[in-house]
Amino acid sequence: MSVFLEGIAWLFSPDRLSGPNPLPERLAEHLGYTLLALVIAAVIAVPLGYLIGHTGRGRDLAVGLSGAARALPSLGLLFVLTLLVGIGDAPVAATIVFVVLGIPPILAGAYAGFESVDRRVVDAARSVGMTPLQVALRVEAPLGLPLLIAGVRSAALQIVSTAVLAAYVNLGGLGIYLQRGIQLRSYDEMIGGAIVVVLLAFAIDGFFALLQRLCTPAGVRVAGGAAQTTRGRRHRRPATPRGAAQ
Amino acid sequence: MTAVSTRRRLMRAGAAAVALATAVTLTACGTSDSLSGGGESTASSSGAITIGSQDYYSNEIIAEIYAQALEDSGQTVERSFRIGQRDVYMEALTSGEIQLIPDYTGNLLQFYDADTELRSSEEVAAALPDALPDGISALEAAPAQDADSYNVSAEFSSANGITSLTDLADYDGTLTVGGNAELESRPYGPDGLKELYGVDVDFAAIGDSGGPLTKQAILDDDIQLGDIYSADPDLAGGDFVTLDDPENLLLAQNVVPVVDDAVADRVTDVLAPVNAALTTDELIALNAASVNDQKDAATIATDWLTSKGLLG
Amino acid sequence: MTWILANLGLIGDLMLVHLRLSLIPVVVSILVAVPLGRLAHRVGWLRGGVLSVVGLLYTIPSLALITLLPPLLGTPVLSDVNVLVALGLYGVALLTRSVADAFDAVDADVVRSAMAVGYTPLRRFWTVELPLAVPVIVAGTRVVAVSTVSLVTVGALVGSRNLGSLFTDGLQRGIVPEIVAGIVATVVLALVLDLVIAAVGRALTPWARVSGTSGAARRASRRRAHRAEVPGTAAEDAVTGGGAA
Repeated sequence: MSVFLEGIAWLFSPDRLSGPNPLPERLAEHLGYTLLALVIAAVIAVPLGYLIGHTGRGRDLAVGLSGAARALPSLGLLFVLTLLVGIGDAPVAATIVFVVLGIPPILAGAYAGFESVDRRVVDAARSVGMTPLQVALRVEAPLGLPLLIAGVRSAALQIVSTAVLAAYVNLGGLGIYLQRGIQLRSYDEMIGGAIVVVLLAFAIDGFFALLQRLCTPAGVRVAGGAAQTTRGRRHRRPATPRGAAQ
Repeated sequence: MTAVSTRRRLMRAGAAAVALATAVTLTACGTSDSLSGGGESTASSSGAITIGSQDYYSNEIIAEIYAQALEDSGQTVERSFRIGQRDVYMEALTSGEIQLIPDYTGNLLQFYDADTELRSSEEVAAALPDALPDGISALEAAPAQDADSYNVSAEFSSANGITSLTDLADYDGTLTVGGNAELESRPYGPDGLKELYGVDVDFAAIGDSGGPLTKQAILDDDIQLGDIYSADPDLAGGDFVTLDDPENLLLAQNVVPVVDDAVADRVTDVLAPVNAALTTDELIALNAASVNDQKDAATIATDWLTSKGLLG
Repeated sequence: MTWILANLGLIGDLMLVHLRLSLIPVVVSILVAVPLGRLAHRVGWLRGGVLSVVGLLYTIPSLALITLLPPLLGTPVLSDVNVLVALGLYGVALLTRSVADAFDAVDADVVRSAMAVGYTPLRRFWTVELPLAVPVIVAGTRVVAVSTVSLVTVGALVGSRNLGSLFTDGLQRGIVPEIVAGIVATVVLALVLDLVIAAVGRALTPWARVSGTSGAARRASRRRAHRAEVPGTAAEDAVTGGGAA
């Protein structure tokens, strides 16, 4: 256990602010890659997921492709893409890998959100004269938002875990401490780095949990029935599995 | 009974068979001992000698050469290759899971004596016996070296008149050195360059151990200096210039068989002529057969031993 | 292609090693998660605690977990055991929730009927509740299996030898086909394991077909059962191919 204390000591050493690998800088890189990939993945997956959820078409295809994508080992994908584009364009290779990782859960969250909307509510919206676009944007999207955020939350956790690998292709991030620690057998650095990664993951998870709560439409929250169940289970993680997170 | 339901029953039987096969696999897993690293042959005067190798293609070729030479001498050999890194295989060696593994003198010494100031082949080899744990010995080292080395592109070298680490101090631009992440903290890394040669460098962590990413980065001028193993076949191609190291910043890394004392007598005489023939140029040729011709270690070893007249 | 053709034996060997490294955590997680999930289902006040803990566990990045385990377990830093334990923990984390959901989804009327005809609690569990929970548990197991096979490759960074070794070796030697072969072999292994588990699931639940329940109907009923927590269903379907496979 003393190794943990050494890891914590490493974490709070003044050297973390200076030296070759300042912690704030590596943390910022790690968060930067995660955010960039998350945004790109969302831009691709949300409209696609909404389309699938609204029309009910292409669902099986999306399900199949997502399943296959989850089986893809990110480490191999990162190495082969970096070899192909060269180390100078490693950020491109890494971003592609992280985006591929982030799309399936966001896609699933988007269409599951639409599918979760009670058909009677959709019929009611139509009957008061809403166009299909209005139904999608004003009814299905807001009601499906908590589930979409659950998907984004899952994607964010996968990407933040996998961004550890960026260090292997000169992109820094928090993985650099793990890589150095393992190779130099300096276990305080290894443990300290691992602790930061875990804390970051917890923080991101907590952030999205909060967001999920805030984004549940007020009407749904105060209403009975399904909303009550939602509230009762708020403390539980969404089960959207992370699949091949590294 | 319709055709459909018959088909279903067949499918169910098929699924059951698959389940059974899975169960059998699992049972087999339960009895496998490879979690602990494989064979547990105790070193004796007649049993099989278990040879290990690092998780590094070039090391596997050398291990395979040792294995074939020993087999040719009438010994029984078991191969436990690609064990991993030094932590793992030295543990396997001291616990008797393996009895022989090729290593590199400098890194081996540094593993047991992190602050060693020794640099030359002779000094390092002389210091090894005291550094190694009891019951483990290093045999006579080969002339072949596979050491860290600093390399620049031929273009950069000729444009700036740089052929030695000494020349770098006069270079005006920014210098970035690329290598595995841990190089940044090694005594021969940026700190060593500063201390011995008065050069300030930035560092780029490229985790391919001086492989294609590092080399391409040098050619693309993303980095100016790259840490590449000296037996890398690409270094001989003319695209790169390996910088001289007159101040002996870098540790000597001669190939050396490390053995369990219990089998030392049985392998020393067999490996001596093999090691004697193994020069750095030969090692480069062996690595080229692996990297360029994509041959497997066993084929490369047989070809080499045959060409040297070391078989039969 | 030269490399792949010359190294089919190596790829095959590594696939077997990889399969073993994947199967052990999957089997262990089934053995741990079924009682744990059942407990969460039965004991109301335990449910929140158990599911929160496994949820948090699942949040921990794998490479970080693998490197944090040695001081906890007293294992060497570069040891397969760390990889196996880390993946086992993820499996338990994912599956415990599936198991709890699976028992929740068993129709209460069916359970009451079993009670009414005099089944003891133990017999009720083995002959009524567990079999009816199997489809959802199998779906969860398939998710665990696919992600485990993929995650094993990360072990190559900490000295574990498996298909991920083709990535590190291929990178060092600059052989792209070697890395691609590793990726393809990993995906194939994951999908084959997925299909095998699905087949086992079908073999264990013959009534699901005998009664003529179609894939679509099953999917719909599962969606109904999960209305309250759809992320689970959606993701399950997304990963496993839902009722399509």
